[in-house]
Amino acid sequence: MSRSQGLAVKYLAAAVLFFGVMTASGLMSAVYYIDPNFLFGLLHFSTAKMLHIDTMIIWLLMGFMGAVYWFLPEEFGCEPAGIWAAELLFWVFVAAVLVVAAIFVFVQWGPGTETTLWLFQQGRKYVEAPRWAAVGVALVMLVFAWNVVGTAVRAKRITGIMAVMSVNMVPLVLLYLIAFPKIDNMAVDLYWWWWLVHLWVEATWEILIGCIMALAVMKLLDTSRKIVEGWLYIEVGLVLGTGILGLGHHYFWIGTPDYWLGIGGLFSALEPLPLLGMVVHAIYDAGVHRMKTTNRPAFYWTLAEAFGNFLGGGVFGFMITLPQLNLFAHGTQWTVSHGHFAFWGAYACGVLAVCYIALQERRRLAAVEGPGWIWAFILLNGGLIGMVGSLLVAGMAQAFFERAIGGSTLDAFIAGQENAWFQLGIYTRFGFGLMFSAGYVVLAWNLLTLGRRRVVVAQPLPAE
Amino acid sequence: MHYDDPKFWRAGAVSTTVVMAIVLVMLTIDSLAAITAGGTHVPAYSVINRHIDYVYSDKFGRDMPVLGGEEPLFGRTRSETEAAALIGRGKLVIQSRACMDCHTFMGNGAYFAPDLTKAWLDPAWDAWLAITGADTKDEAMARFLMSPDQFATWERKMPNLAITRDEAEATVAYLKWMSAIDTNGFPIHFGRIKVEQ
Repeated sequence: MSRSQGLAVKYLAAAVLFFGVMTASGLMSAVYYIDPNFLFGLLHFSTAKMLHIDTMIIWLLMGFMGAVYWFLPEEFGCEPAGIWAAELLFWVFVAAVLVVAAIFVFVQWGPGTETTLWLFQQGRKYVEAPRWAAVGVALVMLVFAWNVVGTAVRAKRITGIMAVMSVNMVPLVLLYLIAFPKIDNMAVDLYWWWWLVHLWVEATWEILIGCIMALAVMKLLDTSRKIVEGWLYIEVGLVLGTGILGLGHHYFWIGTPDYWLGIGGLFSALEPLPLLGMVVHAIYDAGVHRMKTTNRPAFYWTLAEAFGNFLGGGVFGFMITLPQLNLFAHGTQWTVSHGHFAFWGAYACGVLAVCYIALQERRRLAAVEGPGWIWAFILLNGGLIGMVGSLLVAGMAQAFFERAIGGSTLDAFIAGQENAWFQLGIYTRFGFGLMFSAGYVVLAWNLLTLGRRRVVVAQPLPAE
Repeated sequence: MHYDDPKFWRAGAVSTTVVMAIVLVMLTIDSLAAITAGGTHVPAYSVINRHIDYVYSDKFGRDMPVLGGEEPLFGRTRSETEAAALIGRGKLVIQSRACMDCHTFMGNGAYFAPDLTKAWLDPAWDAWLAITGADTKDEAMARFLMSPDQFATWERKMPNLAITRDEAEATVAYLKWMSAIDTNGFPIHFGRIKVEQ
């Protein structure tokens, strides 16, 4: 195993660890809805929420980096150009995340000064981490970009997939810089914040995971590079062709001119197209190979990625993307339902697929089998779909009782939250959250032990 | 180039992306002009000196902010520079207390607590004058922000975030300014329907 793949394993292990923190803090966030006095005066909803969404960003980012460092030596036939810097920064990255988590839990907030934004937290959703930590994340991504582009230069050759990934590194690094400024005007602040959330997370990440899944499919199904690269270009064209102006569906209500209602509505309605293409090709590939592979967990998680991305990002996104409906659904649990499904389908399933690919090769398994991964797959996906459905019920109740007939005021908000349908949604969400958490425990145990015990039907490969 | 050659699709991807990016840049230039304070959609910060209302417009088919006469905040009229400084301070308070991780602003945030886009205009503040013992809405809001645990609204209470008097006034100013932004009718039906609790 190369140094790059050794680093990849560390990144993937850290990703799974922070996936656990995200799950635990998500479950905590669900408890606050059921028992508002839960940890009151000690650790508030906002802290649990920050831990939940920030660790989601971190574990997925680490998962992507792990996946790329895993495939890099295979694509270029050499170690990454700056592997020493990447190895060093991995530990800096993990330490920084742990320190920020400790600050969130034990400090929580500071006075209304710039010092608070530098040292404690920035109070902007998804990028709450204080500026010193954001500088660290930017540095990690800069080294990551250098390793992708610099390795191609060192190898003096490039593949289509790596060319897409290399170009994608530019917006991946530049858009993150929006995490730093404090902009007084909320309309302007949200305008740029959506470049970070939509264009960074939903566009550059979508391209990055597209490249990763292209490499994964070639390995899992032996699909030809020519076919994979053709589809990758189609996906890039459709994702950016619809997604760049699809950004406009976030500009309906933040003070921007009303031409965004038409532009955002039209282009975001087209955004499911590339995701539908992904599903079609996944079914085609699965059929060609008659569902046969030596790594069923990775294969199933890849299929879950295709379907989850289409249903969660595409269908559930389309449901609330037209301004006529978004006016009622925006900022309700309906949005949360879409968000959970989209992030899970678009990114989490893909990272888990790569975890199993790396695990098979690292432990030299001829085939990855056993009941553990199936239970993890069922519990995680079942729990997620259950949470998404529950939040959808709660969100629809909120859209109707708070917005449509309530009048959107404080009293209307309370009436919506106390509505029986809303309450049903948040209780069942907690139940399915427990199911998801159980799935995480099985997954973590499976990743730790798979191929290490005799009960597993796995044959070791001959030593090199 | 034939369609089964990846280069065919690469050319399509590159040209599509470039065209869309150029359109986005053009729209961004226009939008930023509209949403800069004092632009067509976002009022100048000194709007905190005025009475603000939210009225349904038959012409546009949605609720729109309407500016009235003088209504100084905390009894003091501020210059544009002073108002900008106060708004800047208010934004710092909002970020330092992670308000967005419970509340939402223009629908963006954490959904656990009410949306604050039009909080200044919420009819509930009329009742809060008596609850807080204040004579004016701005004073009632400031008192609530400084000691939210003493004035619990319902079972989901706002924690005490040690907001000082200066910080509370800056936050109230921010909420008043934000309520005058034209948000294309969001949130829908605001304040036009009374809810029976």
